[in-house]
Amino acid sequence: MGLGPFLLLASLEGLVQAAVLSLSALGLCLVFGVLRVVNVAHGEFHMVGAVIAWSVSHVLFGHPLLGFLVALFVAPLLVGLIAFTADRVILRKINHNPEATIVATIGMLYVIQQSVLIGFGPDARAMEPPFYFHINFPWFGYSGYKLSVILMAAALLLMVWHVLSRTRLGLIMRATQLDREMAQVFGIPVGWVYGLVFAAGAMLAALGAVLMAPIRQVHYLMGLDPLLMSFIVVIIGGLGSIRGALLAALVIGMSDGIISMFFSPTLAKMISTLLVALVLIFKPEGLFGLRKS
Amino acid sequence: MENSRKSSLVLHIGVLALLFLLSFILSDYHQLTITRIMVLAIFALGYNILFGYVGLLSLGHAMFFACGLYAAGLPVYYLGWEVPSAFLFAIVISAFSATLIGAIALRTQGVAFMIVTLMFSQVAYLATLYFSDITGGDEGLVLPEHARSFAILGMQVDLTSPQTRYYITLGLLSASVLIVYRWVNGGPGREWVAVRENELRTRMLGYNTFLIKLKAMVISGTLSGGAGATYGLLFAYIGSTFASIQYSIDVLLFTLLGGAGTVLGPILGSFIMFYMIDFFSGYTTAYLLATGVVLILLIVYFPLGVLGTLRKKWRLWLP
Repeated sequence: MGLGPFLLLASLEGLVQAAVLSLSALGLCLVFGVLRVVNVAHGEFHMVGAVIAWSVSHVLFGHPLLGFLVALFVAPLLVGLIAFTADRVILRKINHNPEATIVATIGMLYVIQQSVLIGFGPDARAMEPPFYFHINFPWFGYSGYKLSVILMAAALLLMVWHVLSRTRLGLIMRATQLDREMAQVFGIPVGWVYGLVFAAGAMLAALGAVLMAPIRQVHYLMGLDPLLMSFIVVIIGGLGSIRGALLAALVIGMSDGIISMFFSPTLAKMISTLLVALVLIFKPEGLFGLRKS
Repeated sequence: MENSRKSSLVLHIGVLALLFLLSFILSDYHQLTITRIMVLAIFALGYNILFGYVGLLSLGHAMFFACGLYAAGLPVYYLGWEVPSAFLFAIVISAFSATLIGAIALRTQGVAFMIVTLMFSQVAYLATLYFSDITGGDEGLVLPEHARSFAILGMQVDLTSPQTRYYITLGLLSASVLIVYRWVNGGPGREWVAVRENELRTRMLGYNTFLIKLKAMVISGTLSGGAGATYGLLFAYIGSTFASIQYSIDVLLFTLLGGAGTVLGPILGSFIMFYMIDFFSGYTTAYLLATGVVLILLIVYFPLGVLGTLRKKWRLWLP
């Protein structure tokens, strides 16, 4: 295989990764944008989503496509419920104080992860893809499911964009983001909005996980990677800027896929992590974000 | 004031004396456990300077611990250094890297500081994995036989004896406690608390708050690195696990639990948490669940920790 086709394969892998990453990062970004808190348990919501997807497809006999479609609804719903409860029970008590929230969500990370360890066990499990379908390029065959992940992620992103910019719910969210107190004055139940946004962020992570589950194995420690990657994306994209985060997800996902294929995945992670720390220090508004006041 | 200060000093020395007396009645196994806890307590003591007194929450102190661990272990393993020189070398390297990282990371504050330290620490952890030809990666390295004993001041010290390890660690812990006690009760401590309570005002009063924070970071990092070096040399093992996020979180938990901003708090926290995890791991492999639950309960209900709550309730004179 020559360099050209190899590069094509690497960018396809990168694109799949970018697609899932953008969902997960969008969730983190939304939560940061509206609540002004960093959710360290974000990766665990991703993991729980994948575990639910696996369980659903395992319980439902019959065609794997059926299990996948059911999981696409059930996983985000359950994860959203967990996140909403966590927000009302824990985060509301500490008034969403930024630093205390990080510590509390670290605690949530352990609670969720270890509960899954008890319930699901320590083994990595594979989930059957909903359909087998190979697209044959002249140089290599590529899984049709992976390509459909890119399309599904794009469709979901469009839906989120529609909700945020074209519906009343999105308007309420944006109002709360802009000025919390003013929103309260106008009769918006800010506490509920916070809970809902926190849940929505977790649901996006879970959706990404359902798409990813048939490609990667499902494991109780799988949450750390999406968490760090989403962090990187959200910071580089400019904290709270959705457009920036999407652009950054594309760039980071692609470059991560390509560097991982040509060099080592560990090196790829090291470079992007270091890069992000430096961005946060020297350009805290992010590479694509707008400078705020 | 004078009186309370005296009783507080007596309390600190009393705790250390109690640990000394314990060594006579404990079995080898328990001595080993408490040795481990005391090393972690030194780590927490260092962490607490930054978190408890300056109010900077770092999520990456494992990198300083691991820095001391590797800076002490690698020369012993590859160059055949003696234990004392390796220890001193590790201290110097830890201080140096804490200065470097502090100078960069302290440009940020609040949430950004937490994330930057987390990221740096993650890079350090990945580096120990990436260079696994040298560091041994996840499996780690076991230090060779010659590092199990050393001669100092004409005495032969045998590091395989639990008793010796216990006394060495207790000695280091006592030194750390007394140094930290002196500092937090003196000029540096007042500067630190001033920065914690109101950085802007402190700066307005003419203090260079960046330098104050950097100094605290260096002391904190050096103590943590010293704890790492002690751990590696006493137990003759160095590995990547010590650089993982887990260790950064643990030390935060010890400090929060015992009471941030009290000298004895981190030590108490290390003891309680270590035994609690020991207890749970007897029942389930998911013992980290305890870590999570305690973390949430603390931050929601007892953000001051055990000693912090006691101090507030009874207006104690704990420093």
